[in-house]
Amino acid sequence: MLKSTFLKAVAATALSFSTWASAQAVDLQFYFPVAVGGKAAETIQALTDEYVANHPDVKIDAVYAGSYQDTVAKAITASRGGNPPQLSVILSTDMFTLIDEDLIEPFDSYLSTEEDKKWLAGFYPAFMENSQTGGKTYGIPFQRSTPVLYWNKEAFEKAGLDPDTAPATWDEMVEFGKKLTVKDDSGNVTQWGVRIPSSGFPYWLFQGLAIENGAILANAEGNKTNFDDPKVVEALQYLVDLSVKDKVMAPGIIEWGSTPKAFFEGQTAMMWTSTGNLTNVRDNAPFKFGVAMLPEKAQRGAPTGGGNFYLFKGASAEQNKAAVEFVQWITAPEQSAKWTMATGYVAPRPETWDTETMKAYAADFPAVLVARDQLEFAKAELSTYQNQRVTGIFNDALAAAITGSKDPATALKEAQAQADGILAEYR
Amino acid sequence: MSAKPSMTSRREWIYGWLLLLPAMVLLFAFTHVPAITTLLNSFFSTPRGRRAAKFVGVENYDRMLSDPVFWKVFWNNVWYAVGTIPVSIALAIAMALWVNDRLAGRSFVRMAYFTPTVLPLIAVANIWLFFYTPGFGLFDQITGYLFGWPSSNYLGNTDTALVAVMVVTVWKEAGFFMIFYLAALQSIPLSLKEAAQIEGAGRWTVFWRITFPLLMPTTLFVSVNAVINSFRLVDHIFILTDGGPDNASKLLLFLIYEVAFRHWETAYAASLTVALLVILSLLAIGQFYFVDRKVHYK
Repeated sequence: MLKSTFLKAVAATALSFSTWASAQAVDLQFYFPVAVGGKAAETIQALTDEYVANHPDVKIDAVYAGSYQDTVAKAITASRGGNPPQLSVILSTDMFTLIDEDLIEPFDSYLSTEEDKKWLAGFYPAFMENSQTGGKTYGIPFQRSTPVLYWNKEAFEKAGLDPDTAPATWDEMVEFGKKLTVKDDSGNVTQWGVRIPSSGFPYWLFQGLAIENGAILANAEGNKTNFDDPKVVEALQYLVDLSVKDKVMAPGIIEWGSTPKAFFEGQTAMMWTSTGNLTNVRDNAPFKFGVAMLPEKAQRGAPTGGGNFYLFKGASAEQNKAAVEFVQWITAPEQSAKWTMATGYVAPRPETWDTETMKAYAADFPAVLVARDQLEFAKAELSTYQNQRVTGIFNDALAAAITGSKDPATALKEAQAQADGILAEYR
Repeated sequence: MSAKPSMTSRREWIYGWLLLLPAMVLLFAFTHVPAITTLLNSFFSTPRGRRAAKFVGVENYDRMLSDPVFWKVFWNNVWYAVGTIPVSIALAIAMALWVNDRLAGRSFVRMAYFTPTVLPLIAVANIWLFFYTPGFGLFDQITGYLFGWPSSNYLGNTDTALVAVMVVTVWKEAGFFMIFYLAALQSIPLSLKEAAQIEGAGRWTVFWRITFPLLMPTTLFVSVNAVINSFRLVDHIFILTDGGPDNASKLLLFLIYEVAFRHWETAYAASLTVALLVILSLLAIGQFYFVDRKVHYK
């Protein structure tokens, strides 16, 4: 009895000491989303813990906030309720929305030294396109990706194709796809040639096709879209034809989430998905697979994707300074290499790729370099003011064309008219 | 002397209010105040960080009436209600009659019917997502094995997405309604049935002339609940289709969530909410005034 009372007293004292110590430290709350399979959440948590262990003056509460959609919803709701996180990873495309809501601060005021400016210039330009506007930097690339083409080497071999060569052009993808589409005796398809998922956010992978065809979906100011550009219509027609005319892809809307699984199960010989799935595929594909850049039409091309770090308003200068230091640390080569190896997200700074760790990893697993090399051709992901609403309209148009309820030209023309209606007030 | 009765009545009056207070505070804080705020907000523009809300009159309602997505979703919801309510009620009655009889393993069957109700809708939706998956999903494996059907994409087609969502709803709801019918069936006196049988009535006549009319109060209760649920339960849509493709499976409450928390157009979402409230009130009034007359209470 006496012993347990004594122990309780000790525990209480220890507890009050630890709360006292943390009251002295800078408290940061940091929201992060997870959008791919694999070990993303554990890795972020481990990196944060490592930072906190080495920096007793900072206390970071890393909060897993669900999908990208959930995270931005939580961050906005929390901010409106007067309790914003200090730091959050949110889609790079939500930048205009967050500016419009007046919730984020540019990083520039905390990056004043020469060294800081050099650091800022050390990111891949393709990733900075969605991170800067009006001469200010609102996002620091972190959880960034780009779509690539994965192919099943064994399926290629069975179809009489060279297992080490991926289709390099649109026509080749159709041609390969026809050879790779396998039917059983009763005429049912058991293996499709290619799978470009279209559920949830079809605009992203479709944007790859649009860029390859030489189209840009939205301007850099985020207030004008080009949905009805003939090149965009042509790209959508190509996507629709993959199912309808060439019959190398399953008809209807194709689920994003089950796409890697379908690839592992041999339901499709090629798939388009995020590089964020790379480690997942590497761990789970029961066959040899290859990774290639998306095929070209007029040019190579792909959108960038994924999330940036944002600095939220309402924090003290001290908190912001601590947050920026944490961001600089977690995007530094060593941490960034760990992150890339755990997930497949593209390390956003060239210097990361020069570390011994990454060199050794790439030598063993050259597929990780594909996404990096594709960055040269990558363009900003579709992003406008009222982004969710505008991309929502675009998604509806794509879905209407894919399911055959509207033809591509009509669907895109209507989408453009609606987007114009929304964006007019921002011009 | 004359002050005394009024003292007592005042004290009773205070007691009365004190007893009402907790429920009233909760009702006001979480129901009435938000409802009134929503109504007010629907006449203003959406405040953005840089622009405050301003009074816009019925602009949000104008927009709603000319918004093709709103009408699409409205009719989706009508079809959803028409498709799910009668089917789940009929199934519930059938299941209740079945497990009300003496049969072997009765409690096991009852439990099996009730299980979907206990499971959280999100978990249910994830299971059904697997059932519907083209190619290696359960349905495709079964239809492919038995009939040699090609793989189907129920959730990815504008024609079938809403029906696929409705099937999940019926599966989820029927077991819940069954419980009410089971309770009602057990309160019907056996003598009525026996009397009818002596008169030579068949099983169908007994059901149609005795059981079903006596179940009417339950049917009214269940159908009010079912109507409310058909507007209220949208969790599974987030998992199954996210409202797609091209709004084919979007319901009103889902649209409100999307407009409010994805597009951040809170004012427009407020006017959609008012529309939903009006629809629900009309339905409830309709059900109580018109159906109530046909209900036979003991």
